[in-house]
Amino acid sequence: MSLMNLTATGLGEKIKDKEISVQEAVQAALGAIEAKEAELNSFVTVDGDNALKRAEEVQELINGGKLKSPLAGVPVAIKDNICTKGLRTTCSSKILGSYIPGYTAEAVLNLEKAGAVVIGKTNMDEFAMGSTTETSYFGATKNPWDTNHVPGGSSGGSCAAVAAEECFYALGSDTGGSIRQPCSFCGVTGIKPTYGTVSRYGLIAYGSSLDQIGPVAKDVTDCAAILETISSYDNKDSTSIKRRDYNFTSALVDDVKGMKIGIPSDYFGAGLDSEVKEAVLNAAKVLEEKGAEIEEFNLSLVDYAIPAYYIIACAEASSNLARFDGVKYGYRTDSYNGLHNMYKKTRSEGFGAEVKRRIMLGSFVLSSGYYDAYYIKALKTKALIKQAFDKAFSKYDVILGPAAPSTAPELGQSLSDPLKMYLGDIYTISANLAGLPGITLPCGLSSRKLPIGLQLLGNCFEEKNIIRAAYAFEQTREYVHSPLA
Amino acid sequence: MANIISDETIEYVGILAKLELSSDEKEQAKKDMGRMLDYIDKLNELDTDGVEPMSHIFPVNNVFREDEVQNGDGREITLANAPERKEDGFVVPKTIV
Repeated sequence: MSLMNLTATGLGEKIKDKEISVQEAVQAALGAIEAKEAELNSFVTVDGDNALKRAEEVQELINGGKLKSPLAGVPVAIKDNICTKGLRTTCSSKILGSYIPGYTAEAVLNLEKAGAVVIGKTNMDEFAMGSTTETSYFGATKNPWDTNHVPGGSSGGSCAAVAAEECFYALGSDTGGSIRQPCSFCGVTGIKPTYGTVSRYGLIAYGSSLDQIGPVAKDVTDCAAILETISSYDNKDSTSIKRRDYNFTSALVDDVKGMKIGIPSDYFGAGLDSEVKEAVLNAAKVLEEKGAEIEEFNLSLVDYAIPAYYIIACAEASSNLARFDGVKYGYRTDSYNGLHNMYKKTRSEGFGAEVKRRIMLGSFVLSSGYYDAYYIKALKTKALIKQAFDKAFSKYDVILGPAAPSTAPELGQSLSDPLKMYLGDIYTISANLAGLPGITLPCGLSSRKLPIGLQLLGNCFEEKNIIRAAYAFEQTREYVHSPLA
Repeated sequence: MANIISDETIEYVGILAKLELSSDEKEQAKKDMGRMLDYIDKLNELDTDGVEPMSHIFPVNNVFREDEVQNGDGREITLANAPERKEDGFVVPKTIV
């Protein structure tokens, strides 16, 4: 067994017991990155020298008894839309290709306080717009299970890096499924927390009312420990929520007796791959055998989530991305004729096709004459979707279903048909509209040896329910390492 | 296709979005946006009369705090990102002729 096979908290334990030094762990991660990056491209930037320096400092703090976190000394990779002071943060876009933030995101500060060592920044779909990590300006990331396939997206770099064991855990962000879907495709575990749980300060905004930062790791225990560490009330994020209870690891209990789990029959209709369906329903059976009460129900409105999402997300994106104008940071076009021409040329050269497509759709749905018909209509639909979930959670503790309709598609198959790619988010997107927490974890392999992901959704602030159900399910199976691990 | 996007609409959206599209890009954008709107029109099947539009899941209001400087002087690290700077300022093309 190699050091890189360890989970994050497993490594943290060994660091605490002085079996492994922080420097050894960082060196092992950097070695794995060097060996695998040519094949995978999970990272945009690797920060080896600073990570090794930081490892020394952290080791001293641990030796001095000043760091008690289960993550102290454990190397972490950060999605490249999360700001890190002094370390290039690109959103995988040409327009931010040389941007060096002057501050660090609150979630990363929380990790650093716990003794985490940042080793680099992971690849993603440009500005988190995409489901395959193929829209990155820095080239696509490959799936560690089969490098002819995509890792999913937009947090594809984070998920591939964890699955390939280039790092012990990573942070991702989830606006419409961007943590849960690539976790499903890469056979790793990730949580999208209740909206407002993790500060968005320093997360470069895509759809602000939907964006949440969350953990990506090898198991549920790691994810709970990471979430506990990154969550905080932050007055620098006006949508941050003061929660009563951040003790997510207390839900790591192998007991689902009497837990009420609802299975939305409208998540299992046409369009769902039969192998995925079988593996997910089998997971439900496993939980039933462990004492959970399983019931099918009709969630309703499922088909309306994607259109509502694309209106809201693109509207917010068109406003959020207005700041990239070539004045204060980032790319500026070489030659221009006056201020407005400079703005236009900078943006047209700096953004990729998918980003432009979404900015234009967003500008359109917000424009006068269309605002009510599209934007307000989407916000009303969002209210109805929230009501449907409220009704479901009045009966169930957890909603169980697939994370994605299929296993990872082959590279190059999705970008030619954006609408088809958007439809792949059907099971993840409503959690963002309704603010709900969701977890994805592996529940099987397809006949082509590609991972299948199980998704559990909870009511707002009920992360503990999904963590407990996920943990109980996880105890029934072995973690399967990807071929590139 | 039910939604036909005209040249004028794409031109107008380009102005709003501050994007300059080549003629190929414009044709593609017209097709993409039309197709997306056809799909989005599915929402018209829903009766949303009397439904309050929901912009936020939780009843969060404006959050105010005292206007006190809490961060340090970030001038150098901020200006270091400028595509073009002159002393302590960002250089932009002439706006008043």
